[in-house]
Amino acid sequence: MRRWLTEGFVLIIAAVVAFPLFWMVLSAFKPEDEIISADPVPWTTRPTLDSFTRALTVANFGRYFMNSIIVALIVVALSILISFLAATALTRFRFRSRTTLLIMLLVVQMVPVEALTVPLFFLMRSVGDSVPVFGLNHLGSLVLVHLAFSLPFAIWMLRGFVAAVPVELEEAATLDGASRLRFLWQVLFPLVAPGLVATSVLSFIHAWNDFLFAKTFIISAVENQTLPLALQVFVKPDQNDWGAIMAGSTLMTIPVLIFFVLVQRRLVSGLAGAVKG
Amino acid sequence: MTAKGQGRTAFAYLAPALLVLGGLLAYPIYQLVLISLYDYGQEQVSGGAPLEFLGLGNYQKLLGDQQFWTVFGQTVAFAAVCVVGTLLVGASLAILATRVRTWVRMTLFLAALGAWSTPAVAGSTIWLFLFDANFGFVNEVLGIQGFSWTFDKWTAFGLVAAQVIWCSFPFVMVTLFAGIKAIPGEVLEAAALDGASAFRTAWSVTLPLLKPIILVVTIQSIIWDFKVFTQIYVMTNGGGIAGRNLVLNVYAYQQAFAASEYGLGAAIGVVMTVLLLGITMFYLRALKKSGEVL
Repeated sequence: MRRWLTEGFVLIIAAVVAFPLFWMVLSAFKPEDEIISADPVPWTTRPTLDSFTRALTVANFGRYFMNSIIVALIVVALSILISFLAATALTRFRFRSRTTLLIMLLVVQMVPVEALTVPLFFLMRSVGDSVPVFGLNHLGSLVLVHLAFSLPFAIWMLRGFVAAVPVELEEAATLDGASRLRFLWQVLFPLVAPGLVATSVLSFIHAWNDFLFAKTFIISAVENQTLPLALQVFVKPDQNDWGAIMAGSTLMTIPVLIFFVLVQRRLVSGLAGAVKG
Repeated sequence: MTAKGQGRTAFAYLAPALLVLGGLLAYPIYQLVLISLYDYGQEQVSGGAPLEFLGLGNYQKLLGDQQFWTVFGQTVAFAAVCVVGTLLVGASLAILATRVRTWVRMTLFLAALGAWSTPAVAGSTIWLFLFDANFGFVNEVLGIQGFSWTFDKWTAFGLVAAQVIWCSFPFVMVTLFAGIKAIPGEVLEAAALDGASAFRTAWSVTLPLLKPIILVVTIQSIIWDFKVFTQIYVMTNGGGIAGRNLVLNVYAYQQAFAASEYGLGAAIGVVMTVLLLGITMFYLRALKKSGEVL
């Protein structure tokens, strides 16, 4: 009896937690008159794609979707490459200043990146003077900052995965005549792939969700905006187009949701590993 | 390989990371401190006026400003409410999750996963819509159509805090649940054999064993909730009417990019960084105490 009560309570909580997402998807499919109604109901009998069409055509959402994807994917690719090399160096080699570097990696993760908007804004401005693609108003500037923000954690987390690969394996590979680079990419890299998945998802999500830096860097180039900013296009002081906002939110949430569901187990175990160091 | 050779290869592997981190993290941190020491406004940026070194002038101005202290107090209070709320919700649900059948738990975790993965901007707008004065479902259910949650300062803060708790409790819940599950059954059985009550077992056995994990999620939550930006910015439209819903992060942004007081904005950034680094040091010491090693 008590178990039934507990389970009923937990299910109600689950419903409450899921409700905002349910409401988002539902509202995205509702016809406009049902959205701007004084008596909203939690269902619809006339589902329609109007809101999606409006989001994709009027606000050019497809373009911003692609921008967000481009930024996030480049960040992920570069971050995999760079953090893998760095993690290998920090685990497999003994050299002076190794401990110092590790401590710095940990400390730098704690710096609130939001506080760096001002210096980064001016940095990107001067970078843009010589290399426009990486300057303000270009997607390159977002790639650069998100790469920098995602690296410390990615390296920190990958360390554990690299360390878990037995050193004997490297010795065996060397005996078999594999060069160092070959061992790195054909043996070590596939073995730490699970760790790469977890860090990549986090890097992707950080870049995908970013609002502050997109807002700061992409000032006038509307065509280079990313999704979080584009969503604000429909927010008007007096009359919000809630249907389009919810359709846009749905489009923005789905990729992250898919990623999360795919890797949740790895993410949790990976995070636990990272916490334990 | 010789020690020297090792060092050289290691450096080659590290070079890209060091380049990115040095240029885009270390250098900006240095610049942040530097800018905060200057009178850096629109005129200086465009080259219309010479840079004027203020020393600690921006900090003096900040500490003497009533609004800064109001925002500071709000930030601490807001973060405190979010942290306590997140931990309470997360911990209670983690405990409840151990007492239900798997399919019920999976349902809860799936819902939580959804909340966890919703991008902050999307989550904020969904909550705004749910609590919209005229078309919101919540007002319809409560029968208070026309009531604006974002107009009043405290309901606005409350709404944002609820949204923050909604998207951050899953991390606490999942982590604590994993921690509880990791406690060996024998330990709990032994306690039961010794005649300990359920409450006594929870208080004297489970809690101490979970302490390191609780510490990690607490500090992590403090760090996250102290620097909330998106939710406040989106839900209160840039910090509320006349800036009454500002928190430090949004305040710094507004000073720098809306008021073009870049020096002042940087100074606020430095204050935040120092505060968070202080918390981090505390975190590291606590980790060390609980036996974790670097």
